[in-house]
Amino acid sequence: MIPFQYTKASDVADAVRLIAANGGAKFIAGGTNLLDLMKDNVERPTTLIDISRLPLNSVEETASGGLRIGALVPNADLAWHPLIEKRYPLLSSAILAGASQQLRNMASTGGNLLQRTRCAYFYDTATPCNKRQPGSGCSAVNGVNRGHAILGASTSCIATHPSDMCVALAALDATVHVTGAKGARAIPFADFHRLPGDTPHIDTNLAPDEIITAIEVPAKGFATHYSYLKIRDRMSYAFALVSVAAALEIKNGTIEEARLALGGVAHKPWRDAGAEAALRGQPAEDASFARAADLLLRDARPQAHNDFKVDLARRAIIRTLTQAAHGTPQSQSNKTIQ
Amino acid sequence: MSTPNNTAKAYTGTPTSRVDGRAKVTGAAKYAGDFNAGGLAYGAVVEATIARGRIARIDAGEALRVPGVLDVITHENRPRVADSDEAWRDDLAPEDGSPFRPLYDDAVKFNQQPIALVLAEEWEIARYAASLVRVDYEKQPFVTDVYRRRDDAIVVEKPDKLRGDAAKAFAAAEVRHEADYFIPTEHHNPMELFATTAMWEAGGPLTVYDKTQGVQNVQQFLCGVFEKKPNEIRVISPYVGGAFGAGLRPQYQVVLAVMGALKLQRSVRLVLTRQQMYGLGYRPATIERLALGARRDGTLDAITHEAVGTTSQFEEFSRNDTGWSALLYASPNARYEHRVAHLDVPTSCDMRAPGAATGVYALESAMDELAVALKMDPVELRLRCYSERDQNEDLPYTSKRLRECYREGAAAFGWDRRKPEPRAMRDGKALVGWGMASGVWEALQVPVAVRIAMTANGHAEVSCAASDIGTGTYTIMAQVAADSLGLPIENITIHLADSTLPSAPVEGGSWMAASACHAVIATAGEVRSELLRRAKLMKGSPLADAVEEDVTLSDGKLVSRRQTDRGVSISDIMRHAAMERIEKEKTNEFAQDKAHARNTHSAVFVEVKVDEELGVVRVTRVVSAVAAGRVLNPKTARSQVMGAVVGGIGMALHEETIYDHGLGRIINHDIAEYHVPVNADIHDIEVIFVDEPDALINPLGMKGLGEIGIVGVAAAVANAVYHATGVRVRDLPITLDKVLGRRQAA
Repeated sequence: MIPFQYTKASDVADAVRLIAANGGAKFIAGGTNLLDLMKDNVERPTTLIDISRLPLNSVEETASGGLRIGALVPNADLAWHPLIEKRYPLLSSAILAGASQQLRNMASTGGNLLQRTRCAYFYDTATPCNKRQPGSGCSAVNGVNRGHAILGASTSCIATHPSDMCVALAALDATVHVTGAKGARAIPFADFHRLPGDTPHIDTNLAPDEIITAIEVPAKGFATHYSYLKIRDRMSYAFALVSVAAALEIKNGTIEEARLALGGVAHKPWRDAGAEAALRGQPAEDASFARAADLLLRDARPQAHNDFKVDLARRAIIRTLTQAAHGTPQSQSNKTIQ
Repeated sequence: MSTPNNTAKAYTGTPTSRVDGRAKVTGAAKYAGDFNAGGLAYGAVVEATIARGRIARIDAGEALRVPGVLDVITHENRPRVADSDEAWRDDLAPEDGSPFRPLYDDAVKFNQQPIALVLAEEWEIARYAASLVRVDYEKQPFVTDVYRRRDDAIVVEKPDKLRGDAAKAFAAAEVRHEADYFIPTEHHNPMELFATTAMWEAGGPLTVYDKTQGVQNVQQFLCGVFEKKPNEIRVISPYVGGAFGAGLRPQYQVVLAVMGALKLQRSVRLVLTRQQMYGLGYRPATIERLALGARRDGTLDAITHEAVGTTSQFEEFSRNDTGWSALLYASPNARYEHRVAHLDVPTSCDMRAPGAATGVYALESAMDELAVALKMDPVELRLRCYSERDQNEDLPYTSKRLRECYREGAAAFGWDRRKPEPRAMRDGKALVGWGMASGVWEALQVPVAVRIAMTANGHAEVSCAASDIGTGTYTIMAQVAADSLGLPIENITIHLADSTLPSAPVEGGSWMAASACHAVIATAGEVRSELLRRAKLMKGSPLADAVEEDVTLSDGKLVSRRQTDRGVSISDIMRHAAMERIEKEKTNEFAQDKAHARNTHSAVFVEVKVDEELGVVRVTRVVSAVAAGRVLNPKTARSQVMGAVVGGIGMALHEETIYDHGLGRIINHDIAEYHVPVNADIHDIEVIFVDEPDALINPLGMKGLGEIGIVGVAAAVANAVYHATGVRVRDLPITLDKVLGRRQAA
């Protein structure tokens, strides 16, 4: 870990000023990922700007019937927040599928969006990695890539985004509110994270001088027909091989609205408008789910060690949509997959 | 009757809480990295980032300019160390080869090899400065994949004389099964990081607090390496936060910490990071080939077991892996052969049930496949092949109640309700599978010396250099001491793991409990004799006519066995003799009995539930029935076996050190990515101790329990997965992609 300056931001404007004035600075809130990266010499900030005490920790109702979630609401508080549990149980469930109780206590909502990939090569400075050191090459492409992307990858990078919460936020059509030197703006969730292309070192479209202030979820919460299913190598405390967030509106057995987002398969939470459109107007049954899964995965390109992921994703999509349709969402506390 | 073994209030045989439990849960227990000294300096290790080659240049200039950095030690400026392999060979070192010497020269023999030690006023400074040490390498070609060296592997173990002709018998057998199995490299990952605090004192001895399973092994090793006299180095390790074999040999951090202390003439603490612990020893990746030939009635005609394990380029480490197959089951023809492949990795080492966890996994998987081929119940097959004698040596056992393990385990599990066909049992969407396996380990004993100092107020201090690596040695020795001295357990103080205490070898191999407890009994007998000698001198002594066999210690008194109200209190005897303390030291004496085989056995029954579509496996029930002689503390013994079962589930489903063989480097070198089971992976575990009287092995009838609990578990899980799904996964761990049939063996 390198020596660094530590400073506290007094308010959002101060935070923006501080980060704009210092190119090597990073914000720190919960630090659950950043500190690990610093210990491994992957992140080497010259200054840490502590934003953990900024007043961005409330959950408020919006005029349009949605919720505005402060960027500093801890993941655990958010998961167990009565309004989230009642109106956005998909979000609650996805959060509880991730990390551990201790990490969720520390991790912030905004920070969760900014997690770096868990690609092992990214964490090991003894190996080439385009995301860590642009132009050095991708070790995973010809290395061990069982956990890597099957969708949207490039020759520069095949890493995946590790978040569970973001998969639910993607499905819910959330909006990311940010503030920077040029003022405030709102970024649709689908546009927040980037595909690797030839700039895999840039994970998101957040400008270097911007700070996330809030995440907004619209009124539609899919509290009746939803499920978040995470498939991993052990039953808890592991990153997803494949995860699926499914949210449906069903009337008389027919799907009226459908959302489907995948984690563990791409550089960002993966949504496919075509697959969702194919569900609308269809009966809520296996055949419809399988068609949507095939559509979503039509362009899947597995790596040398993860062709299983394509089939697993297909099966997981069908299972999750079935759970959602039946109103039997996956429990995150039972030691089993339903 | 009032012998230590059958008094109503005997501690031995009674579930007894850990005597060190309170110290551990309150944080009072100090581990190697917890000890403080004035002027303590902190070390940080720089590791090699290539698998093989030479350090062309190492530049510590930038690191040395960091304020607070005291020194950077490399092979170029290290203190003098011994240059003979003999000096570097610790008690557990393989006979062949040249032990690794950290910072010795410019050779890089494996990735993550330590190549520099940064010493600084603070740990953070040391760690930062370590990142500034610049290294240029001359790289050389390397191999880290055992499959690439399979054909070049060297024979390290095979029987002295062949038993029949296994190849011929196999070819002629009515039913045959032949397959390869694979166990990947596994790392121990004890909770406590490897750490050493070396206390430097001008003119005094160097006191070294080290995480180790054997303080005297480390002490002698350090004296050899640094050319010191025995009284110049003392090694202490009062508590060990798990080791599982990783702490049997001195690890490099103890060498570096001492090097730093000698060079700086200051006390030095060096704690490895979790990542750095992947540069230490490991359970060797092993390819196992089994060929079983049987008659239709389920008796074996031929067993062939060949294995290729992994070691470094500079030492030849291996453990009995294939011999278990020839030992366990009756077969007129048997052949085994163990080879090791030399790879550009550190030397492999012992990890819980070394050799057996791997070899018996393969054997018991193959036996299951044979049972399928024979259309025979897996338990029945094992009963048809049951051996009453050690099949390698043709010797009777001191005791062997494996048959009872099968019977009691099967009954507790409900095995008779098993439907034999795969995929025949379901629970909702889940396929249910029931599998079983046998386990076997050695019941070893070693010479251990114990000193007892008893005071007139009825307290006793029991001292021994043995380690308690978390297994409960403190507790079990206190129980035995309390009973054999006739004192409440609260009056017993156990001192362990200090190299100045009476001698004991490393704690490992499941030998310490039986050996140390035996030594306690022997020493307590000396104390009792001394008390009797003194008591007889007392005027009107009620024990005037008593001989040694007649008396016992009970309730603070020396009493007649036949007439327990006839006796004298310990305090009276000692007051009368004007003694403040009686001090005795003795080593357990066990017969070098070449006429018997000594083993522990188990039968493991496992239920898995498998999500057929998603391939997710859950181990929902385990019954482990263990025959390991007399169990002195059912509470800690149960915990020991439960922990081993969890380890076995991890071996079956999760554990795998993943190499990038192109880079020659471990890529999942932390416990986020190296998976062990978490709470959500563990369901019901039932432990049964089968009654196994053993009058031959030692006076307590005791065997060890440290390893037997893990042996066979991985096979039982694999067999259950097959029974559930019809898919046979022969390379561990059994991850969902393999269950879905989408990934082949490495």
